[in-house]
Amino acid sequence: MNTNTLENSVTEVIFQLEKVSVYYGSFEAVRKVYMDIPKNKITAFIGPSGCGKSTLLRCFNRLNDLIPGARVEGKITYHDKNLYSKDMEAVEVRRRIGMVFQKPNPFPKSIYDNIAFGARVNGYRGDMNELVEQSLRQAALWDEVKDKLRENGLSLSGGQQQRLCIARAIAIEPEVLLMDEPCSALDPISTLKIEELIQQLKQNYTIVLVTHNMQQATRASDMAAFFNVVTSEEGKRSGYLVEYNETIKLFNDPQEESTKEYVSGRFG
Amino acid sequence: MSISSFKQFDRSERWQPNRSLNKWIQRSIVAIFGLFALISILTTFGIVMTLLVDAIPFFEEVPLADFLTDTEWTPLFTRKEYGIFVLISATFLTSVIAIAVALPLGLLSAICLSEYAPRSLRRWLKPALEILAGVPTVVYGYFALLFVTPVLRSFIPGMQPFNSLSAGIVMGIAILPMVASLSEDAIYAVPSSLRQGAYALGSTKREVILGVVIPSALSGIVASFILSISRAVGETMIVTIAAGQSPNLTLNPLVPVATMTAYIVQVSLGDAPAGSLAFKTIYAVGLTLFLITLVLNVFSFWFVRRFQQKYE
Repeated sequence: MNTNTLENSVTEVIFQLEKVSVYYGSFEAVRKVYMDIPKNKITAFIGPSGCGKSTLLRCFNRLNDLIPGARVEGKITYHDKNLYSKDMEAVEVRRRIGMVFQKPNPFPKSIYDNIAFGARVNGYRGDMNELVEQSLRQAALWDEVKDKLRENGLSLSGGQQQRLCIARAIAIEPEVLLMDEPCSALDPISTLKIEELIQQLKQNYTIVLVTHNMQQATRASDMAAFFNVVTSEEGKRSGYLVEYNETIKLFNDPQEESTKEYVSGRFG
Repeated sequence: MSISSFKQFDRSERWQPNRSLNKWIQRSIVAIFGLFALISILTTFGIVMTLLVDAIPFFEEVPLADFLTDTEWTPLFTRKEYGIFVLISATFLTSVIAIAVALPLGLLSAICLSEYAPRSLRRWLKPALEILAGVPTVVYGYFALLFVTPVLRSFIPGMQPFNSLSAGIVMGIAILPMVASLSEDAIYAVPSSLRQGAYALGSTKREVILGVVIPSALSGIVASFILSISRAVGETMIVTIAAGQSPNLTLNPLVPVATMTAYIVQVSLGDAPAGSLAFKTIYAVGLTLFLITLVLNVFSFWFVRRFQQKYE
């Protein structure tokens, strides 16, 4: 498993996964993953449907806690602290580790309140108007919505809604942004805007990006992890990590045969 | 492209759909369903006509101004007064008490059922709540008169055997399942992606429910409130049995009153000869009741349309 850890790297490691398995009830959805996620880089998770990449992503902010029967085994550390230890509060974890979902999910509130919601529940004491403006600017949405902050967030187009969700996530000043196929419900122009945005956000945030679009992974990410799926005898599908490397290396010089087949488009 | 060029691809005699029969079936289905829809519309129309036909002669004898301003309701006495607000006050009083019981309890049960109750508890809690809706209102009426009133009288001095307080409380229990069930549907319909979005911002469960789930379900919750209010206004059996039949312009919940519905029951049961002015009063009262519930339902319809959120 040497390829899966960043041995000689100078960058700081923010997440460390040791033998991480995720279960839904007795079903093993993700199998024994070892990996290190570097700070202030974009790490992409790629792989075919059902390979557990989204499931694994949801472990980083403990969103799987909400699913009855979901269970994480192994060890995930965040800044060398065990994310799943008893004294770690899920609410506190999520405040530091933001998330953008596959489908834009703005609250049915005004654009302003969509941004302010997270700040309010986390006891933000600064100037709210300034925070809203700054978050919308960072998400490259300010110019389009500055005159209609009181309008419902659901009145925006799909691409604008997704940028609103990004603005909402960065408004609480997280350290990490988890993005679960953030462009899969968007048209190509909106996708391009979001990808540009991701590049800008990289300076301030650690980003983990799930995508099934390989062009997006090559364009956007520094590190890439390829996951694949094994089907057990009973027909249950479990995901596992095949290969993890710098994106350039993973795409140009894959070590595993299945990675090679996947990145060259021969299956998936 | 002409039809003849289609023919080239028509390789087989096996494909011969009976288009004209299909069209005929389609038309008759539309006609049958249209007829059923028409029946319910005609029924509503007929009810309104019946009310109007007998209410108009009433208003020819009793000026509308008197009807709206008199402070007594005594059509069955020798000195006749027709102040509808006497009956409206009773309906208002019992409904307000019922709503004060049903709305908070109903909404809290809905939140508890949909957000907090574990699945195993929910499996028997929800049917148990819905059994309440199946109890006949006449049973509720006697429950109010023979159980709730004596209990309340044991510690509320001056409470009469017939009163709007116990009728209102029991009516509240009777409409509680409606509030709970409709509100729960509205809360359940909030997409889980919104909950996840709120959790992902570091919200606690309480913040997710109060800050996102309830506001998102608000139009459905308010609609359930308004429908329950019209249920309370139109409720008949409980108030007839437990609140009494003495028209009283009062907001005192401890004395007997006559609601609009209770008055209609009293007269329909034969206190006034058919065709007399006293008998015609029930059409005037019925029309008033109809207008009140109509306004409530139209408002509810408007509110839902205005504030409903469309999630794709």
